[in-house]
Amino acid sequence: MIRIGRLFIITGITSLTLALLFGALASIQFIYPDFFPEIAFYKARPLHTSLAVAWIFSCGIGAVYNYLECTKIIRLRILGLLHWLIFNVTGILIIISYFQGTFGGREYWEFPPVLSLPILFSWILFGIVFFLSVYKVKSWPVYLWMWGTGIVIFFVTFMEANLWIFDYFSSSVVRELTVQWKSYGSLVGSWNMLIYGSGIYVMEKISGENFYAHSKIGFVLFFVGLTNLFFNWAHHIYAVPSSEWIGNTAYFISMTELFIIGRIIWKWKSTLDSAKKHANKNAYLFILASDIWVFLNLALAILISIPAVNFYTHGTHVTVAHAMGSTIGINSMIIISFIIHHFGWNNSGWVKICYWVINLSLGVFWITLITSGILKGLALHNGEAFGAVMSELNNWFHVFMISGVTLALGFLALLFHFFFEFLLDFPENLKQKTE
Amino acid sequence: MKLQHKRLIFFSLVFAYISYSVFVYTKGTETKSGMSPEAHSGKNIFQEKNCIACHQIYGLGGYMGPDLTNVISVKGEIYTRSFIENGTAKMPDFNLQDEEINSLIAYLTFIDSTTVYPDSTIRLTWYGNMDKKK
Repeated sequence: MIRIGRLFIITGITSLTLALLFGALASIQFIYPDFFPEIAFYKARPLHTSLAVAWIFSCGIGAVYNYLECTKIIRLRILGLLHWLIFNVTGILIIISYFQGTFGGREYWEFPPVLSLPILFSWILFGIVFFLSVYKVKSWPVYLWMWGTGIVIFFVTFMEANLWIFDYFSSSVVRELTVQWKSYGSLVGSWNMLIYGSGIYVMEKISGENFYAHSKIGFVLFFVGLTNLFFNWAHHIYAVPSSEWIGNTAYFISMTELFIIGRIIWKWKSTLDSAKKHANKNAYLFILASDIWVFLNLALAILISIPAVNFYTHGTHVTVAHAMGSTIGINSMIIISFIIHHFGWNNSGWVKICYWVINLSLGVFWITLITSGILKGLALHNGEAFGAVMSELNNWFHVFMISGVTLALGFLALLFHFFFEFLLDFPENLKQKTE
Repeated sequence: MKLQHKRLIFFSLVFAYISYSVFVYTKGTETKSGMSPEAHSGKNIFQEKNCIACHQIYGLGGYMGPDLTNVISVKGEIYTRSFIENGTAKMPDFNLQDEEINSLIAYLTFIDSTTVYPDSTIRLTWYGNMDKKK
């Protein structure tokens, strides 16, 4: 019987492969705009971002289906297969629309809004399969809460992201942008729920202990995350001329994340002990990397949530560092850990080499983005012209491009290894259970 | 943590989220004046050409080109129009008709009227907030 979870993972790996190619293209075009004009920057960027989002969602969904299939509680499998089919067909239509230059023009969801309908429909199928399968499970571990919440919140916030098609919202540009970024902030939270839930599930499997998934602290952190998902989105729009209470609410709520930072520091020693214990497992290495990136990106997120800091960093590459650091450093590391664990590719030396290339490149990439962002923010606030500022930062952008390309190469080497391993045992890999 | 406690916290948060959403939809997000049909048409062109991939409004958007929030008042309409008409080394010429360019200018003029970004008159407070009243 074909595993739905694995179908989604294959879609995810394919999406990331393409996302990396278009991302490398866009980063080169950022410095050399005439490079490969057939796919100009305004097409390459949405191709990169949409495929990167598809990678995260597809693998997050795959992890959920994998759980339902491994525990043999899955119901209405046919709806799950239909979900996968619609997800892929819609994805292909979105890519075609970008190539043709047919845009809806909303940042990050730049496809025509009509393509949101099949996405929403497929998500209903996902919700039906998930909740019908798990509602009889007693004493839900925290990752089931997270997955269930992520599924519902995505559906709500994705609809919210499309409210601009109604005059009530689009007639006030402030309302439209506020609601747009409200939905985006929560929507990112929804995929974080899917991915972080998967991370907890993987750790449970690696360590053989299920204490955390039922612990009080596990649920406290879940509720802190949920509070931030609901109310901590306005740090993106401090500059939008909406009422101050919207920004103040986000500022206040974002400070609850200090609790998570504090806990990471408090637990640092036990994390290191655990690292020594599981150092031979590639899956654990990637989880450990995600822990470090959580710490760094959370610290950055808290900093840019302070309006006085945000005043200088908003609209600069610091925001890109926040987005890229989170999606690559946290989401992608957890997903790769899940894939390695799921397929049992824990001892490959090639994976270890890729691990170091990816993380070192990401470190340079992240620091370069932050530095160039700070320099850009300060220069623009000093009244320097945009063109002059961009010229001054050219060397930083070259480092950004080179580290971006090596980062992409590290990921591509890893993904080709995954494809190779997968094809070695095809089509059994689509069916058999290795956990 | 008991199941009823989890449910209580969860549904309280959901209730607060719904209430907050209703507030955001209805309060504090109005603009002083409505967008004219021409500006609305310009907004649609802005979206159809995916300008946001490279440009920003209120600092939101891409990083290839400059923020356009106050481009009309800072650089002027003629300057902006010539960029849209001809493109630049970094920006493609989208071959827009005069009517479309007028609509885009009307949209950018409307955006310009809503705020100043970045607002150099903002005073930063000791607790990290921005005092916009000054």
